[in-house]
Amino acid sequence: MEQIKIIEIKKSVFAENDKDADALRQELKSRGVFLLNLMSAPGSGKTTTLIKTINLLKDMLRIAVMEADIDSDVDAVKIKEATGIQSIQLHTGGMCHLDAEMTRQGLDNLDLKDVDLVILENVGNLVCPAEFDTGSACNAMILSVPEGHDKPLKYPLMFSVCDLVVINKMDVAPYFDFDLDKCKEYIHMRNPKARVIPICAKTGEGVESFAEWLQKQVIDWKN
Amino acid sequence: MHELGIVFYIIRDVKQAAESNNVSKVSAVVMNIGEVSTVVPEYLTDCWRWAADKEPLLKGSELKIIPVPAVTHCQDCGKEYETVRYGKTCPYCSSGNTFLLQGNEIEIKEIEVPNN
Repeated sequence: MEQIKIIEIKKSVFAENDKDADALRQELKSRGVFLLNLMSAPGSGKTTTLIKTINLLKDMLRIAVMEADIDSDVDAVKIKEATGIQSIQLHTGGMCHLDAEMTRQGLDNLDLKDVDLVILENVGNLVCPAEFDTGSACNAMILSVPEGHDKPLKYPLMFSVCDLVVINKMDVAPYFDFDLDKCKEYIHMRNPKARVIPICAKTGEGVESFAEWLQKQVIDWKN
Repeated sequence: MHELGIVFYIIRDVKQAAESNNVSKVSAVVMNIGEVSTVVPEYLTDCWRWAADKEPLLKGSELKIIPVPAVTHCQDCGKEYETVRYGKTCPYCSSGNTFLLQGNEIEIKEIEVPNN
């Protein structure tokens, strides 16, 4: 007689997370909170870009930041010192991404009563975070010039899940043979709808365009 | 690299399924893993061994992986081709207007439980 019984499941492992993420998104929508999931490779300039952007927006929007890293709190401290806004550090305990449940736990530690915009700075990684819906209203990513203009072809999923691609460190483009037109072409091959904004977080060039885009998303979300 | 996170998802789903089927011991979990799902099967089984053995329900259980080949469909010429070999661009008509038919699955197919 057969010693094994088989129970059919037929379920994607992401189904539960997708459900949690949708529930979180709905909840944030009803509370008027816009969650931006910002992703990139390590060292692309996420934190510097955020500091400049937050300083442009903080008189118009009430902003909070969640920094997700495997360890340390350097980013959360840096944001708080440079902008004065509410900022917390999440530790993923070795995990290479955040999911909806971890995002919710992070949000529970923020005072959301008077917040319009929460920016989640995801773990620096171009692969894994793209797989996990955090419950954000919007996904954005930063690609920096030294990484090369061919990255959209190498990490197609990341580029295809993002509504916005910010290209940072444009000031050093000539030294890296970075071709902005090629980069845009590759991004649009993977995601025809992606908006592309070239910036230089260090000099502040282009950061206004990113800030305007973000402000518009938040206003649309709240209406 | 995100295999451990996925293993935690599998464990959570299998625990749920075990509870609703009144099962107290699982001997194997069978997964459909797509060729372009970004999961490395060897990493997944290594993570499984580490994490599953901490759960009484799953201790000693095997993670069986059924690979699902990746196939892309071209919307312009209507043909299908191997995704891994040709990528997003159709090898027959060079169109980029293509989509993945199968191959990104990370799916729990079934669980095996001792019949006693």
